[in-house]
Amino acid sequence: MFNSLQEIFSTLKQNKLRAIMTGFSVAWGIFMLILLLGSGNGLQNGMENNFRGTAKNALWIWSRQTQVAHDGLQAGRRIQFTDEDYDLLVNHFDDDISDISGRFRLWGTGTVTYKNEYGDYDLEGIMPEFKNIQIVDIEQGRYINDLDIQQFRKVAIISVPVKKALFKEEDPIGKYIHIDKVPFMVVGTFINPERRDDEQIYIPVKTAQRVFNGSNKLNELAVATNALTVAENKRVEEAIRTTLMKKHRIAPDDKQALGIWNTLEHFKQAQGVFTGIRIFVWVIGIMTIIAGIVGVSNIMIILVKERTKEIGIRKAIGATPWSVIRLVLSESVFITTLSGFFGLVAGMGLMAAVAMVLQNVAQSNPGIESTFYNPSANVSVAVSALVVLIVAGLIAGYVPARRASGIKPIEALHDE
Amino acid sequence: MSKSIIKVDGLHKSYRMGNNALHVLKGIDLDIKAGEMVSIMGSSGSGKSTLLNILGILDNHDRGDYYLDNVKIERMNETKAARYRNNYIGFIFQSFNLISFKNAMENVALPLYYKNVSRKKRNMQALEYLDRLGLKEWANHLPSELSGGQKQRIAIARALISNPKVILADEPTGALDTQTSYEVMEILQEVNQMGITVIIVTHEDDIAHRTQRIIRLRDGLIERNEMNGKYQPVTTSEIFTTN
Repeated sequence: MFNSLQEIFSTLKQNKLRAIMTGFSVAWGIFMLILLLGSGNGLQNGMENNFRGTAKNALWIWSRQTQVAHDGLQAGRRIQFTDEDYDLLVNHFDDDISDISGRFRLWGTGTVTYKNEYGDYDLEGIMPEFKNIQIVDIEQGRYINDLDIQQFRKVAIISVPVKKALFKEEDPIGKYIHIDKVPFMVVGTFINPERRDDEQIYIPVKTAQRVFNGSNKLNELAVATNALTVAENKRVEEAIRTTLMKKHRIAPDDKQALGIWNTLEHFKQAQGVFTGIRIFVWVIGIMTIIAGIVGVSNIMIILVKERTKEIGIRKAIGATPWSVIRLVLSESVFITTLSGFFGLVAGMGLMAAVAMVLQNVAQSNPGIESTFYNPSANVSVAVSALVVLIVAGLIAGYVPARRASGIKPIEALHDE
Repeated sequence: MSKSIIKVDGLHKSYRMGNNALHVLKGIDLDIKAGEMVSIMGSSGSGKSTLLNILGILDNHDRGDYYLDNVKIERMNETKAARYRNNYIGFIFQSFNLISFKNAMENVALPLYYKNVSRKKRNMQALEYLDRLGLKEWANHLPSELSGGQKQRIAIARALISNPKVILADEPTGALDTQTSYEVMEILQEVNQMGITVIIVTHEDDIAHRTQRIIRLRDGLIERNEMNGKYQPVTTSEIFTTN
């Protein structure tokens, strides 16, 4: 092994510039591949960041007006969810649903005030299970819990932007904010990873219904299913849709009355898109590398031609065809692997630098994290690139090596 | 009588040149004993180089038998041929055929690389051979920095390092002046006295007359095969006294 390495060096030293130029094409190919793969990863990470705040198998259910007259009822009827729908789903889909929460939105309820600070915020009544569907990071205190619901407690949790607006540097836990002049005690603060800037306040759904004249109305239902596959999630979605349609006497062909957003389906779709992108990137990358391979192969063929006499001498003094093949192949693999390694390191370095810059940018502009995030090429990418390189080297060396091994010593040694 | 190292019976060889076949060797019978020093003479086109190539297993013959050290050499794959060359035969060429980017020592050591001898060991042996041929100081020089005589001596050292049974020299003095030619012949005679069979292809009479036997080829046949009465072996071996 060491022996052959020395052989490689002694010949490569002959043509330093040529070896470097040849290597550059391969290094460039790998550099581009890493760049493309890293960017692909960055886009995908950004997309997944987008979904991070939601249970992947969540169903978001909302109601609209009917479009089709049905069962003696006219079209244009407004469908209103109530606690009954919630109970219906809980009873019917016990096996399929892991978490369910009714949502009661408060529109136009007026201003939220604390001392002299005030503002209009996104207000919503939710259930404790909601934290498993719309995932938020608790920064301080706690989430809404079952006792809050049962006892109709007037408590609230607020998002960090709300905290900053109302409380400035003050500790909000245990303080009272006034929602439409009704005092609510702040029991927690949270960060919504999907929308860090949103000014949101969550209160217990029962309290919301009671305080703000909602009786038993619900605006939306949020469900996290037990489904693992898109098909399963789709089945649950359809079952829920049918059940609710029957209860609300909606025509089976009415596509408008109920809206259900199937997160898993869309997540998988987005993932599919990124799988496509990744395949595309690999194809482009491999193409670029092929250009490099052809370059290496070309140079090696010239090299073999120039070294015909030397190879003839080697054969005359006892070099086997296999050892000649090895001589050429190992040179080719050496050039491609070494230069490819430089390209790999350069590409990874650039990716790491970009990731660092992005992190800095993201601190002032969090939105960027949902489009492009952590664009690193990981270890598996590096390993596959390495495999590609070695294979590339072998392919590049194959034709010239076969030529070299076919050299006949008598012809090679023939005096001009 | 000592045993045959090279025995050839009815050797034929022709080359295909487009549509016509060129019949180069037309039935050569030859018996060279171990330890002989033989020259093969002939005008160009007489087939002497072809014969040497076949003897060196660089080329295949079409018909006839060839025994090298009592082993029948037939159409064999290249790997096997390479092994035979490596173990039995040392080559010396008119144009030296040293590898230009390797220094003298590395050139001499190269056959041992193909015998899987470690670098340190083969360089040591190469230095030893260079020393015997008086070229130790030149060990780290590239061939381009050496004179023709020096290059041929390096080539001889390279041929010797793998302990061959036969040295095949194709016009070894063809590119050298008279004085240097005689020096090289002296070395080859000493090599011969170590017990190695030496076969020299030449077209120079004075070179041929420094061998024990002269075989003359003409048009692919042996014209004459005669012992050289005037052969005077070197009496004192200055170079290979240690052997």
